[in-house]
Amino acid sequence: MKMVKAIFRPERLEFVKRALEDQGFYGMTVMAVEGRGDQKGISLQYRGGAIMVDLIPKVQIEVVVKDADTDRVIAAICDGARTGKIGDGRIFVLPVERSIKVRTGEQES
Amino acid sequence: MTLDTGTTAWLLTATALVMLMTPGVGFFYGGLVRRKNFISMVALSFIVFAMVSIQWVLFGYSLSFGGDIGGFIGNLDFLGLSGIGLEAGDAGYPPILFVAFQGVFAAIAMAIVTSGFAERVKLSAFMLFALLWTTLVYDPLAHWAWGGGWAASIGSLDFAGGTVVHISSGFAALAVAMVIGKRSGFGQYSMEPHNIPMTLLGAALLWFGWFGFNAGSALAANGLAANAFMVTNISAAAGALAWLAASWYRGKPSSLGMVSGAVAGLVAITPAAGFVDVGASIAIGAIAGLICYGAMLFRLKKGLDESLDAWAVHGMGGLWGAFATGIFAMAAIGGYSGLIEGNLDQFIANAVGALAALVYAFVVTLVLAYLVDRIIGLRVSEEEEYVGLDISQHGERA
Repeated sequence: MKMVKAIFRPERLEFVKRALEDQGFYGMTVMAVEGRGDQKGISLQYRGGAIMVDLIPKVQIEVVVKDADTDRVIAAICDGARTGKIGDGRIFVLPVERSIKVRTGEQES
Repeated sequence: MTLDTGTTAWLLTATALVMLMTPGVGFFYGGLVRRKNFISMVALSFIVFAMVSIQWVLFGYSLSFGGDIGGFIGNLDFLGLSGIGLEAGDAGYPPILFVAFQGVFAAIAMAIVTSGFAERVKLSAFMLFALLWTTLVYDPLAHWAWGGGWAASIGSLDFAGGTVVHISSGFAALAVAMVIGKRSGFGQYSMEPHNIPMTLLGAALLWFGWFGFNAGSALAANGLAANAFMVTNISAAAGALAWLAASWYRGKPSSLGMVSGAVAGLVAITPAAGFVDVGASIAIGAIAGLICYGAMLFRLKKGLDESLDAWAVHGMGGLWGAFATGIFAMAAIGGYSGLIEGNLDQFIANAVGALAALVYAFVVTLVLAYLVDRIIGLRVSEEEEYVGLDISQHGERA
């Protein structure tokens, strides 16, 4: 199993959720986060100088799926989150050892 | 005449009550925008209050209440408040108090217009626009109705500013929204209010301050003021329940709808407060709630980004209020008869006054917004809009 952890623009969350649902993926955890990437945030230019806004609000979602589904999930997230402009975000894929359903104790690995 | 201490004390109080409405608009609007524009939205109202206060004593008051020029605008006799004294005039209160009372009205009108600028306006352009708007739109309209202008001479009634403040600002916000354009992403994803309790608190300040707005407009501490106080409250209550019921019928009874309905009721009763009784105020408020709710749905269906519904609530509510004053006016309350008492002329005078103000405010606002946009640009850059006006315009975070 893999955990797909994606960080992207907050206003794209609805689009990502829809894209994942279309592929049959419903479960996820969503967090509001702040972060920066290679550009170190956004620089706003003024006559009097520049203001650097280094931490930009983003959302982070985590989806745990079977190894074989990983690429479909990644494609769906990219589909929903992409605007083509700087700051669209990042996706990380992590290995997951086990997954346990609290109510039933049912395990997957 | 000697100074009437009761009236003077009440007008001092009413002026302070109306002052609180301007930040009230800021908090009402501030709760409705996304968090990244919260400070901006509240700050716009404060900035308006400060700017209009200064403009008012320098020349705004004179343009509104100076000697009449062609029924259109006042002259410059009171420039810098020259000749405005502290001694009680004919009315029993000092003229300088009348200046202060009218000044807080001028401020809130411009604050309402900020709805059309929400989340995308460049502060410097906004300040230039605000100065032009209050001078070229608000001041003439105040003169038409209250300063001895043509609207008063044809008998158009506007007790506390339904036309002068609400029709003008509501339709101005619509014109502004059309010139400045939609917020980036509008219609593509939902832009939800970030703090509804803040909006409810703003509505509370508005409702409270409105007692000064309407009851203060009696310009005396008497029965007429008490009637205005009462009908103001009842119309707000009826508007709140009407909008609540309408939104319940279509889904959930939203608290935001309820306070929007209260404001709609307050707006609609404003021109009528000195001319109608409590029974009429129930009808005026309830119908206002429904009309404004319908106007908001229409605005959304048309995909217009008049972001915080000043047009639907203040513009359309004010228009209904102007008509309602012509319909419901009762001789027993304010000495004027409306349509129900068989006086068609009153209804026509009110309709003419309201529609003329509507067209004037809308057209002049379009021109002013267009000019400011051409000269210095009304909008922030795309990146500034993305990170939000709080950081990009004020360097602060809510």
